Amino acid sequence: MSVLRPLDKLPSLNTATILLVGTEDALLQQLVDSMLKEDCTSELKVHLAKSLPLPSSVNPPRIDLIVFVVNLHSKYSLQNTEESLHHVDASFFLGKVCFLATGAGRESHCSIHQHTVVKLVHTYQSPLLYCDLEVPCSWVPTSLSLLTWLAQGLSEWPGSQASAALTDG
Amino acid sequence: MDSYDASESTPRQSTSLRPEDYFIGATFLQKRLESVRKQTSFIPTPPRRKIPHCSQLQEDVDPQKVAFLLHKQWTLYSLTPLYKFSYSNLKEYSRLLNAFIVAEKQKGLAVEVGEDFNVKVIFSTVLGIKGTQRDPEAFLVQGLTLSPRLECSGTILVYCNLLGLSDPSTLAFQVAGTTDTCHYTRILSKSQLPSENREGKVLWTGWFCCIFGDSLLETVSEDFTCLPLFLANGAESNTAIIGTWFQKTFDCYFSPLAINAFNLSWMAAMWTACKMDHYVATTEFLWSVPCSPQSLDISYAIHPEDAKAIWDSVHKTPGEVTQEEVDLFMDCLYSHFHRHFKIHLSATRLVRVSTSVASAHTDGKIKILCHKYLIGVLAHLTELAIFQIE
Repeated sequence: MSVLRPLDKLPSLNTATILLVGTEDALLQQLVDSMLKEDCTSELKVHLAKSLPLPSSVNPPRIDLIVFVVNLHSKYSLQNTEESLHHVDASFFLGKVCFLATGAGRESHCSIHQHTVVKLVHTYQSPLLYCDLEVPCSWVPTSLSLLTWLAQGLSEWPGSQASAALTDG
Repeated sequence: MDSYDASESTPRQSTSLRPEDYFIGATFLQKRLESVRKQTSFIPTPPRRKIPHCSQLQEDVDPQKVAFLLHKQWTLYSLTPLYKFSYSNLKEYSRLLNAFIVAEKQKGLAVEVGEDFNVKVIFSTVLGIKGTQRDPEAFLVQGLTLSPRLECSGTILVYCNLLGLSDPSTLAFQVAGTTDTCHYTRILSKSQLPSENREGKVLWTGWFCCIFGDSLLETVSEDFTCLPLFLANGAESNTAIIGTWFQKTFDCYFSPLAINAFNLSWMAAMWTACKMDHYVATTEFLWSVPCSPQSLDISYAIHPEDAKAIWDSVHKTPGEVTQEEVDLFMDCLYSHFHRHFKIHLSATRLVRVSTSVASAHTDGKIKILCHKYLIGVLAHLTELAIFQIE
């Protein structure tokens, strides 16, 4: 199947899964490491993908939050994100998608204007978080924000046990 | 467009926007977008700009001065409005700045080994480099060298008078065997004594200008002169000293103007769109690939007529350039490159753009090659400078 749907799979016990979609491998790896270091009483799984659709050989569990990472220094990452968005079902956008824009701090390196990203985010009615993944001290607050959004997204879907556990952690 | 203006009000802007002001485009829009985003969740509209018309220079422009401004590498700075600056006091300013430079050099703070410390500064206005009648006149500051021999000749004449000899050339024969004075007089006798009013070599040039700076002019009171764009050519230390003097005297602030990749791609599109009779240089782009351990540079050169052909196929609205057209133009170049080399140029950073009209580097360096589009290029740069100030 080429389109990700939120309710395709059964939820797993005490587990929450985040899918990070972005072209910047090295930066995302650092962010993922800092997210996994955070204290959670339930299990957190993070998947990394360069783009959607996911290859057919991969069979991910039920995804609770998709984070699209756009690097403001590279037009390629924006184009990649726009193409990946087509492969996500519309019901995902009810609180299970958020956008992460990195690199806004270094204005001289920006290839994309900020309002291009804002327009995209507005079209998809999802939250946008600005960060600078190249700066190590921003990894912890960014990962905390993503986990908060994950918990919020999960709590909107009744019957998930993971959300209560995540908010405690 | 007009409906957006009615919905929000920015307290600083007292006058309303007229349709012909829209070619200033991005500055107004960007400012409005910042305020709009804070107040409501409005979808921002992409900027549009007008293609610069050729020969917008006014009739009273001195062609020699304009030629002097072309074909030189300028470093860009943005400058906040100058307080109580007056065009009639230029001689006074020259005198004060000369005194300041002498004092700074004597302090020993800006020492460059081997450099001639005798610099004289001249202020002059450059008429005609403006967009509308409201724009203040551009003015030029030049640092000229004073010839070192002027000083030597003064002392040697004194020697001649003391010894009671009127003809310096005879001194060489009569005092042969004494020390250095002999050598000085010999040099003098061979060549002509330089006159006091001789123009020295231009060491450093800086000029201030403002093209279509209406958005800034409207918000600032009468005491201030708005010349947001400053271009400097010459040694960095001189720029720093002269900048410090201006900052102290007129309570303004210089900041280096960097041009990001987004604006460089706009410049590339707008300069390719300019109609030229003949092309003096190829259209060249330079990208920097951000990869470790060492950075890689990709240089892409296109024949200017081919670039113009691509632009003509992309360009829809006459007289205006839109964001979509710029993106499409750059995407054409990227996809062509990808087809041959399988490298995504959109993942790299555009560092330098060079066309027959002008060339710009992301560090804020610019070289203008074509006098026809001088005003157009400066208008774009003024817009960027104003945006940085605001």
